[in-house]
Amino acid sequence: MSQESSHYYVPAPSLWPIVGSSALFFLGFGAALTMNKMELGYGMLAVGFAILIYMMFGWFGEVAKESEAGEYNGSVDTSFRWGMGWFILTEVMFFCAFFGALFYMRVFSIPWLADAEHDLLWPAFNAATSAWPTAGPGIADDFVEMGAWGLPAINTALLLTSGVTLTIAHHALRAGDRAKTITWMIATVALGVIFLACQIYEYGHAYEDLNLKMTSGAYGSTFFMLTGFHGFHVCVGAIMLTVITFRLKAGHFTADKHFGFEGVAWYWHFVDVVWLGLFVFVYLM
Amino acid sequence: MAAVQDHGHGHGHDDHHPTGIMRWVTTTNHKDIGSMYLWFSLTMFFIGGTLAMGIRAELYQPGIQILEPELFNQFTTLHGLIMVFGAIMPAFVGLANWQVPMMIGAPDMAFARMNNWSFWLLPVAGSLLIVSFFVPGGAAAGGWTFYPPLSVQGGLGVDLMIFAIHILGASSIMGSINIITTILNMRAPGLTLMKMPMFVWTWLITAYLLVLVMPVLAGVVTMLLTDRHFGTSFFNAAGGGDPVLFQHIFWFFGHPEVYIMILPAFGIVSEIIPTFARKPLFGYSSMVYATASIAILSCFVWAHHMFTAGMPVTGQLFFMYATMLIAVPTAVKVFNWTATMWRGSMTFETPMLFSIGFIFLFVIGGFSGVICAIVPIDIQVQDTYYVIAHFHYVLVSGALFALFAAAYYWLPKWTGNMYSETLGKWHFWLSMFFFNATFFVQHFLGLAGMPRRIPDYALQFADFNKISSIGAFGFGLTQVLFLYIVISCIRSGEKAPEKPWDGATTLEWTHLPTPAPYHSFETPPVIK
Repeated sequence: MSQESSHYYVPAPSLWPIVGSSALFFLGFGAALTMNKMELGYGMLAVGFAILIYMMFGWFGEVAKESEAGEYNGSVDTSFRWGMGWFILTEVMFFCAFFGALFYMRVFSIPWLADAEHDLLWPAFNAATSAWPTAGPGIADDFVEMGAWGLPAINTALLLTSGVTLTIAHHALRAGDRAKTITWMIATVALGVIFLACQIYEYGHAYEDLNLKMTSGAYGSTFFMLTGFHGFHVCVGAIMLTVITFRLKAGHFTADKHFGFEGVAWYWHFVDVVWLGLFVFVYLM
Repeated sequence: MAAVQDHGHGHGHDDHHPTGIMRWVTTTNHKDIGSMYLWFSLTMFFIGGTLAMGIRAELYQPGIQILEPELFNQFTTLHGLIMVFGAIMPAFVGLANWQVPMMIGAPDMAFARMNNWSFWLLPVAGSLLIVSFFVPGGAAAGGWTFYPPLSVQGGLGVDLMIFAIHILGASSIMGSINIITTILNMRAPGLTLMKMPMFVWTWLITAYLLVLVMPVLAGVVTMLLTDRHFGTSFFNAAGGGDPVLFQHIFWFFGHPEVYIMILPAFGIVSEIIPTFARKPLFGYSSMVYATASIAILSCFVWAHHMFTAGMPVTGQLFFMYATMLIAVPTAVKVFNWTATMWRGSMTFETPMLFSIGFIFLFVIGGFSGVICAIVPIDIQVQDTYYVIAHFHYVLVSGALFALFAAAYYWLPKWTGNMYSETLGKWHFWLSMFFFNATFFVQHFLGLAGMPRRIPDYALQFADFNKISSIGAFGFGLTQVLFLYIVISCIRSGEKAPEKPWDGATTLEWTHLPTPAPYHSFETPPVIK
């Protein structure tokens, strides 16, 4: 590793952004066409994903290379910290929109639909029949709610444990024990993957046994969108942890300079905290 | 504090960059990217303006003349979306790109490569929006606020709009994280927060609002998408959801969004007025606190857009008072601008004219805003031309006039050439006249009950509509003059003196040559 430079690193002109933009061009058109059942869409989506993956390998690989070459001084490191922190805030706000929808339905729209004013519109939907969980007044398909203390409780334990194993890995990295770091990183990724497997099993169970679907009104919408987006974030987090593990194996990061590791750890803890919110407000209450 | 790069390092620190189109595609230079943002927004401004001309041509007289109602609806919808997301917002980001690093003595933006991506996502989103006019079913037609159930029922055009908004959101989020990080981390030594130019302050606060609300917009369009295609019931009463829920989430984004479009304008005016009054800004710290208060309050007023949608009276009262409270910090700003001019040695170059025009007309828009905030009155004027008049006073004579002021103010610094002062003044006075001809009469139309977003109207509204349409055509043509002024400034403008504005005090005027070099502040200035 070369010496840390004294200047603020401004990267040279790069093709990666335009590659990323063309990926989103194909993804945007592809997704819109696919959802309207137009053949062309599938091909565009495939091309879009291929370009996106190519861009991620190329762009992030270049960042890792620059970092290892010592291009990033302390000030650049601070920028990365600010950047990651604000990025996580945007993710929090994204989930806030969905939690907001959940609270609004439970506190406002469902009681309103069940009140006397709506008696003519939905006579069978009243205080008793509108109790949560509900699919709303107009969806007849019955379902069983997802209990909290089975798999979801195990999932909670899995994610919380993964937060601990990640912290152990971080301490090991700071102590300069690379082998131990890698071991605990693998444990963290494994816990994340097991969590995802449990989620997939839970979805299967919901669709097969509970008749609980995306189309199950208010409960189904919020359940699948909240847990689904969380699962997607766990998936992204697990991929990022895996990349970091490979970088650790390749000898990247030092005991006192490893923001790539820390940024991913922040993200993982954020995913953890969102899960706690889900466990309380989606599963328990 | 950020030290800057030395020349011996060999990684694009000098002026070596690809030439031709590849320079612009691959650039990581904040000035190049700023220019692309500004040109993109000017292009979108003319596209959105063309749609507006179509709307006003249809409304020139009663009856259906030019646009079938379906197409008229698409025009109003896309006019709003393109102007908000394609013209006004990118223009401010472009200004931030050009100015923030120069005003804080930084070598570039904090994340220069990502900065390029923030820009190059915009043409992608723009193409999604524009192509949607030509797909089966046409573009989204449910209004720029795309309320369900209309937006749930629309066709492919709505999906293209949804993905365009996702991409625009990603662009805005990356852009604003970049701006926040640049401001917080890359200021020159000694440039403490409370010494920052007001433009930088307003952008810091704007970027914070963007980070807070753009993801919420992404969330709500995602719910719309799943309601449309995957059978969820967020906005469907039969499933326990509520179309009004959409309005709540949308306006939780939408109201801060209107401050996103006006706070940087406040910043611009706060730079220009002291320069041409040759006095320091009156009440600098109160300006900072007022900006922050407006930003915080803006997150608690969203439901004033929905007084007629059905809401408990307690809710109406809360949102009414909270909205009226925003008038207080805004009035602090207007007072400070006026006090800055008081007994100043004022001259009236084009940037100053646009800034003073901004204060006059923005205040009118602010007052009509307070009027709309009053629940009983809002019930009368909801969805009428009064509301159209109100928000065009704050968005056109507010945000847009400030953008023109900024363009004239900084063109000499960017290009090294002066614009034509005579033509600039013509641009201002024609804009001023035609803008008021277009929109002032719309107050009367609204109070008389003319609804917005309808291609036909009763005969009683004919005269005012004719005046408004003539005004709009004049305003549109006047903006072609602006394009001419900018191009002739770049190509054949007189060479600008090093410091054309003798009252300017910010770093880009005091510490950098004119035109600004490709890389500025290779060594950071020290601020005492």
